[in-house]
Amino acid sequence: MPQIFRRTFIAGLATLALGGMATAQTAAPTDTSIVVASTTSTQDSGLFDHLLPIFTAKTGIAVKVVAQGTGQALDTGRRGDADVVFVHAKAAEEKFLGEGFSKVRKPVMYNDFVLIGPKADPAGVAGTKDIAAALGAIVAKKAPFVSRGDRSGTHMAELALWKTAGVDLEKARGEWYREIGQGMGAALNTASAMNAYVLADRGTWLNFKNRGDLRISVEGDKRLFNQYGVMVVNPDKFPHVKAKEAQIFVDWLTGPDGQKAIADYKIGGEQLFFPNADQPGA
Amino acid sequence: MRAEATILPLELDRLRFEADGRRLIDDVDLVVARGGPTVLLGPNGAGKSLLLRLAHGLVAPTSGEVRWAIGGGETAGRKRHAMVFQKPVMLRRSVHDNLIHALAAAGFCRSDRAARADEALARFGLRDHAGRAARLLSGGEQQRLAVARAWSLDPEVLFLDEPTAHLDPSATRAIETMITTLRAEGRTLVMATHDLAQARRLAARVVFVLGGRVVEDAPAEVFFDNPATEAARAFLAGELVW
Amino acid sequence: MDEAVVSTFGFGLSDPALANLLQIVGLSLRVTLTALALAAVIGLPLGALIGISRFPGRKAVIIVVNALMGLPPVVVGLVVYLTLSRSGPLGALGLLFTPAAMVVAQTILIVPIVVALSRQTIEDLWGELGEHLRSLGLTDVAAVPTLLWEGRFALATALLAGFGRASAEVGSVIIVGGNIAGFTRTMTTTITLETSKGDLPLALALGGILICLTIALNAGAFAISRVGARHAG
Repeated sequence: MPQIFRRTFIAGLATLALGGMATAQTAAPTDTSIVVASTTSTQDSGLFDHLLPIFTAKTGIAVKVVAQGTGQALDTGRRGDADVVFVHAKAAEEKFLGEGFSKVRKPVMYNDFVLIGPKADPAGVAGTKDIAAALGAIVAKKAPFVSRGDRSGTHMAELALWKTAGVDLEKARGEWYREIGQGMGAALNTASAMNAYVLADRGTWLNFKNRGDLRISVEGDKRLFNQYGVMVVNPDKFPHVKAKEAQIFVDWLTGPDGQKAIADYKIGGEQLFFPNADQPGA
Repeated sequence: MRAEATILPLELDRLRFEADGRRLIDDVDLVVARGGPTVLLGPNGAGKSLLLRLAHGLVAPTSGEVRWAIGGGETAGRKRHAMVFQKPVMLRRSVHDNLIHALAAAGFCRSDRAARADEALARFGLRDHAGRAARLLSGGEQQRLAVARAWSLDPEVLFLDEPTAHLDPSATRAIETMITTLRAEGRTLVMATHDLAQARRLAARVVFVLGGRVVEDAPAEVFFDNPATEAARAFLAGELVW
Repeated sequence: MDEAVVSTFGFGLSDPALANLLQIVGLSLRVTLTALALAAVIGLPLGALIGISRFPGRKAVIIVVNALMGLPPVVVGLVVYLTLSRSGPLGALGLLFTPAAMVVAQTILIVPIVVALSRQTIEDLWGELGEHLRSLGLTDVAAVPTLLWEGRFALATALLAGFGRASAEVGSVIIVGGNIAGFTRTMTTTITLETSKGDLPLALALGGILICLTIALNAGAFAISRVGARHAG
């Protein structure tokens, strides 16, 4: 009998392995799903959890979101591993277009960045509106500042703001400037633990729960504007790209239904993203 | 035992075995023909076990040759010589399944295995233990199973390496009874032992081994009554010979 | 999986959230157990062969396999990512960002553990049983099934070690799976995500479930092999 048992045991192992592989592959309806490489801010803010069920219910197309930093998301598109990229760093997106990885970029929505800081406010910038002045004050006081440091859209925006503030980061860099090379949430967690300033997108901040002593220090400056764009990965470069479904997604996102769904997303009554697909230059 | 082509005689031809620069078996010539038990007698470390392993094919000689009358000691594609070890080797399964495993490994066809296993259990009084875990048997029971297992393979030649060295007197008696049964069936036994009394009880022929050499090779009664060499006389007198 | 246990840890989650959680736990188990089964099918015979055969360079192979037990998951993840990426050599399979990719990565991670531990077990067993098996006429390779079965209780421990490593790691699955909600989101990647969202209590609760599952599985396997070992000697 144990002979039989042993055979069964070995056969069972093999079956489990093969069967597992098979189910692992067939688990999703791959023919009606697209992969969207997007940013941690859209995911961590909860926007996709709100948008995607509406889209899928309407079109039957499942959307698989891989949330990465903007730089990494664009690279995922460059490797052909996504059908759509949905990110927020206009200059990097235009470079992506220029390289031919997509044919068209469409603006989708914007939100804004906010400067988050500790209640103690060592740089004395709380409640001000001028982001350049605030950053200057942080450098002057060498108040702790957490940077994403991960080539994300937020990181690129932060670097641009330092330039606007006339700060040469290479010279000013010191103990106070902490580059963590991680996502928005991790940066907020770090800032919360160290009572440091950090630049965050408003959506992630509103959805963030581990705030500790952190609060919004600076908001409302036009230069904190954060534009999101969407692109279908060029099917001429990657024939497997599901261009048709991807285009349906982009059209919905930038059309009236998608734009309304974006505007409807609120946390605690506060709107997180502002649709602006109708502004061609955005 | 079935009457078919015989693998005997077994010839060891100038057999030599060296390890780490030491010569453990030194130019041994030996012929085993069909007949009564051949006992390899000698003190510990004389090379008796090694000689059995060389003959059984578990160890390859450094030089020399082990020759069976029929190539490899096989008939009809099946090895016709088996071995029982000093320390019984039991698989982690039941007594019955230990037999089945050996029969399968030795190439017995599926339909024969159960019948042979049952016969072995019945013949050697192990039927009541059939379902027990082999490794939980007593030392004596394990060795009985080991002999029964070897028997089930229907060997023409059976090598036994000090099969009772670790056993108490009653278990030793049980094993010796089994050995007598095997001999009565016409199987040719080659057994290593350092136990003089056991050699007297079982041997038809004594091969006295010392320092890796065959020192004396004689019918048992000749060896015990009238040893030809000084070394054998000393061993029989109970004076240790190394 | 007992739902009562889940809801205890789920801090009274609503029904969709509970379904979501069960889906994540289910996917995690499916991926890890599949990887474990594959690793067993590949690693046990391989470990046994290395354990009983003698060939030039065997020591070097053993050292390399032992070292591979400590493969950093992110490195495995990166290599599998580059291999399965559409721009990589196996891109045509379209496996990146699927559970299958996670299975591949975890299998690579745990095969060395299974090989190294089974090699040791089988080598010891071969020392104990080798003469008997060869006496029966089994060549080295033919003895492998017998040895694997004889070592079943010790090998179960090797497989548990593999399960532990695969179920605990996040570095490779988050890279090759992409942490896609409802599709490639496992317990560990969810913990990472919830931590980054700052939802530390939820992350901690998920960690608790993961630890409980691991303990339950280990206790079960331990009990089974204990009882089995007592019966088989």
